[in-house]
Amino acid sequence: MDQHFPPADDLTQPRGGDFVRRHALATRLWHWTNVLCILVMLMSGLMILNAHPRLYWGHYGSEHDTAWLVLAALEDTAFPGWMTIPSNYSLADARLWHFAFAWLLVLAFTGYLIWGLVRGHIRRRLHITRTEWSPRHILHDIAEHARLRFPTGPAAINYNVLQKLAYGGVLFVLLPTIILTGLAMSPALDAAWPWLVDLFGGRQSARSIHFLAAGGLVLFFLVHIIMVVLAGPINEVRSMLTGWYRLPQDKEDPA
Amino acid sequence: MILTRRKALQVGAAGAGGLLLSGCDALNDSAPFKDGLADVGRLHELTQRAIIGDSLAREFTEADMSPVFKANGSLRVPDPAYRALLSGGFAQWALRVDGLVHHPLALPLTALQAMQQRIQITRHDCVEGWSAIGKWQGPQLGAILSQAGLMPGARYVVFHCADKLEGKPFYESIDLVEAFHPQTILAWRMNDAPLTEPHGAPIRLRVERQLGYKQAKYIMRIELRESLAGLYGGRGGFWEDNRGYQWWAGI
Repeated sequence: MDQHFPPADDLTQPRGGDFVRRHALATRLWHWTNVLCILVMLMSGLMILNAHPRLYWGHYGSEHDTAWLVLAALEDTAFPGWMTIPSNYSLADARLWHFAFAWLLVLAFTGYLIWGLVRGHIRRRLHITRTEWSPRHILHDIAEHARLRFPTGPAAINYNVLQKLAYGGVLFVLLPTIILTGLAMSPALDAAWPWLVDLFGGRQSARSIHFLAAGGLVLFFLVHIIMVVLAGPINEVRSMLTGWYRLPQDKEDPA
Repeated sequence: MILTRRKALQVGAAGAGGLLLSGCDALNDSAPFKDGLADVGRLHELTQRAIIGDSLAREFTEADMSPVFKANGSLRVPDPAYRALLSGGFAQWALRVDGLVHHPLALPLTALQAMQQRIQITRHDCVEGWSAIGKWQGPQLGAILSQAGLMPGARYVVFHCADKLEGKPFYESIDLVEAFHPQTILAWRMNDAPLTEPHGAPIRLRVERQLGYKQAKYIMRIELRESLAGLYGGRGGFWEDNRGYQWWAGI
């Protein structure tokens, strides 16, 4: 699925306005599976959190202990119905949704990770080079993004360093963290794998980190949507559906 | 009317959001869909059973214990027969063990206290999300079941309790794997004192690899059964029957 990208001085190189293959089929499938899973798991997760909207550090924590975050009083509802699945209070139903879609999320994640590593896709598209890691390069990209000046023409074929950090962060930090902290909350798995709950410093810590990782995904989602809208939503959504991406043109270059 | 791109996006987003929410609620009200979710959820039971084997739940030290162990579910049992037993220090109480057993038992508290005791400091995880660490003491459930002698058909251990919720008798059930697990005890002592009423006096179940709603309190009778069908709602417990919680409470 991956495109061979010719060197920069090649005359056959695509220019602004050309259509290029942007997203592999596996990436597109994984992307839309994640849209479904993360939306359902976020909304059912907020319902689960409604059952006890307090977060603690360590192994134990209940209303008698000190919480580091109190989202609502125990008798109040932290997250309103429009944010939760189901919209009326049901911890049992929210758990059904959450735990069923967890399988889809984990299987899709594992499948994509294996595919991406074996096929070299992750190395080609997400690997951050030494030049890109330089603070000067990163600061330059941040400054360009802040001015809403995005790469055009051939420079838009590959992900820039901020995109790589964002996508790599989801793939290698947020999703593994949210999956492992989810597993660490299971009393049965804690008996089998005590190291798992120790990794996060206790079950209540795991629950807190699960929530923080979910917050990280929400933050990613918001920035992602804003960037898609700013970069041209039709072209971006089309590329994630069909794989074909129209390279943005330079403002000064009407070619 | 000219539909600008921005307007179209706004309308689209609002419409998609509304559709998503009402769609999810419609699915949530559909019995086949919810059964499907539960079926996928049962994969957790299958994989967890395969993974956990006979592993033991973490046991903590006294320094790790919660300063206050939260009591949940029924906190008081209004039933006059129970109140009479409570005021008599449960001297007149005996745990009945019956159903598919060779020797039905009636074990007074003194008999349970005279059996070999197990003391464990473990973490209690409520389905709501909170946890508390407490110290429990009592005989192993497996020893009591061995004393009663299980008939070949026995597959489930049902705990009939003195309390009622929403006017319905409370009960819970586990299978023989969890029943014979070494940390599964009938606790009559908690944090070095006899079990109090909010925590389930005279005895409560400790089944340490499961969530809090399985830890039945105020146990009056233990019944060995071949199937959970035909008992109350047929799902193996009050919360399972009345709230739709899963019988497997390992997650």
